[in-house]
Amino acid sequence: MADLEDRQVVDPGIDESIAGLTPDRIERTINRVLTEETGARLQAYLQTCVHCGLCAEACQSYISRDKDPDYAPVAKVKDTLWEMVKRKGKVDGEFLHNAARIAYIDCGACRRCSMYCPFGIDISYMIMTVRRILNLLGVVPQYLQDTTNSHAATMNQMWVQQDDWIDTLMWQEEDARSELAGARIPLDREGAEIMYSVIGPEPKILAQLIANMAIIFKVAGADWTMPSTDGWDNSNMAMYSGDFETMGRVERLHWERASELRVKRVVMGECGHAYRGAVYDGPRWLGWTKPPIPMVHAVEYYYELISSGRIRIARKIEEPVTVQDPCNIVRGRGLHDKLRYVVNAICADFRDMDPRYEHNYCCQAGGGLINCGPPWKRSRMKSNRVKADQIRDTGAHTVITPCHNCHSGIEDIIGFYKLGCHVSFISELLVKTIEMPDA
Amino acid sequence: MYELIRGPLLWIGFIGFFGGLLYRFVTMARLAKRERVVLPTFSARFGLRSLAHWLVPFGGANMRRRPAYTLLSWAFHIGVLVTPLFVMGHAVLWQEAWGFRWWSLPAGLADAMSLVVVGVCLFFIVRRLIRPEVRNVSYPSDFVLALVVMAPFLTGFIAHRQWLPYEPMIIIHGLSGVLGLLVLPWTRLVHMMWFVFTRAFMGSEFGAVRHSRDW
Repeated sequence: MADLEDRQVVDPGIDESIAGLTPDRIERTINRVLTEETGARLQAYLQTCVHCGLCAEACQSYISRDKDPDYAPVAKVKDTLWEMVKRKGKVDGEFLHNAARIAYIDCGACRRCSMYCPFGIDISYMIMTVRRILNLLGVVPQYLQDTTNSHAATMNQMWVQQDDWIDTLMWQEEDARSELAGARIPLDREGAEIMYSVIGPEPKILAQLIANMAIIFKVAGADWTMPSTDGWDNSNMAMYSGDFETMGRVERLHWERASELRVKRVVMGECGHAYRGAVYDGPRWLGWTKPPIPMVHAVEYYYELISSGRIRIARKIEEPVTVQDPCNIVRGRGLHDKLRYVVNAICADFRDMDPRYEHNYCCQAGGGLINCGPPWKRSRMKSNRVKADQIRDTGAHTVITPCHNCHSGIEDIIGFYKLGCHVSFISELLVKTIEMPDA
Repeated sequence: MYELIRGPLLWIGFIGFFGGLLYRFVTMARLAKRERVVLPTFSARFGLRSLAHWLVPFGGANMRRRPAYTLLSWAFHIGVLVTPLFVMGHAVLWQEAWGFRWWSLPAGLADAMSLVVVGVCLFFIVRRLIRPEVRNVSYPSDFVLALVVMAPFLTGFIAHRQWLPYEPMIIIHGLSGVLGLLVLPWTRLVHMMWFVFTRAFMGSEFGAVRHSRDW
């Protein structure tokens, strides 16, 4: 039985939107997505699943909630998509309310379950199809919809205006220069080797991360630039709300900006879903098989800098650390070995989590979950007790999280379960440990 | 009656089985023409890599987590596929009908494999009833399908051992076998055909596109 407290959460984005729907519109929308927006892939998945339940133990929410069968991945599909198909779209408001909670809150589209399904059924794709339907019906958690609206109106996630953006970069350039003489944040430099892209929350609430990167680029002697105009943000919550039209606009603009700057590659900050949006979901929606310019995640870039000797580590972090494998760059890009190389290079006492690599548990914040906001925070916490246990078992003082969603999600878990440790991005540790050139 | 089953009815079974699978395949392939994600990312190498991991027992993490289930399920699928093709009684039918010689399993082994299929079907049914995460997603059809799969193996075994009058038993055996062939393409048993594609697509996604492993 799904959690009673969760079922009573009031979210105007869900409740009020459902109140305005007619049965006819619900039916038409569901059937449109099932017949026009999906095809052989969905049909094969629907016909193939034998209801074996072997996916259950893949899911952190199922494990964390004492193996409540309603939180098994297959049950989440049964209570949403299977019923929509079976009833040919004739579902009511109460059903949609439940479906929205399941699709937006209980599943982070982390794809761990598809590694446990003997048939390799992409369960997260089916949940994303449910989100697509709900989005077309306007049934989206209010906070998540607000983020999507920000993308649509400003082309970034946090309503950052262009003057704020430039001002923040200049401020961070000053900060970086106070640490390292000659550090710069070069804007709109055509023909640079690298365009560096960040996600909306960096200028808004974590601006020092941009200064960190300016220092790292300076030490490495990189030829880089950032765009001064829209397209700098490659985060994409529209991808998770089901508003694929807006998702496509965001990704197209990001790649257009990179193309205008004629860079050879795009290095992006420590974020997982932004990587997914820019490299997979965005290009696919736009009809491209891959991005027009290679994209390199920060973890890969740090690995390149350290392994080639372009930056040197002067001292190591002594306190025990562990690392969270972000779904979208580990299951989604296989960066686990490079991540460990970097962590071992800068930390003396690295303690791995178990399970790890592709089998690591999701932080229950990615996939748009944390963006569903405060009404759903307790639900997220209850759905990831297993992550708290995993972190506690390592005895680490710092959890390294090379992803913004993991960073915020694990910070919440540490607070909720009183783990007494803290989270850190790699760049924060790098600026403390790299060998700075003599000023 | 027996002649009717091993003659026309068996033909109906085979035609329904292969025709049904062909129909499903063709309609799916036509639907797949619109698919913009699957075909461009399909990779034979990574698809086969994934299939290899998931066809070999304990090749995937989830299989190592539950060794008993893995062995039972593996033995069951071998039994379902191999026994009907190579049991002695069927080999004789092949030879009588078309005159070609066909390999056949020793009678004892075929009996054992049939019993494994029957036993594991019962295990699947019991598991469906007692494991909450499986019961929660079980429909009446799931139980019926397990019985449909079990029936030809159980009746074949009883007929061979002649525990019950042979003639009626072999008639029920033939009928249940034909029934199984006919329903397979139209039920979840069609995973026999689709799993190759779903698995290979996931293998391509993980391997070729995302540079990671899916087992």
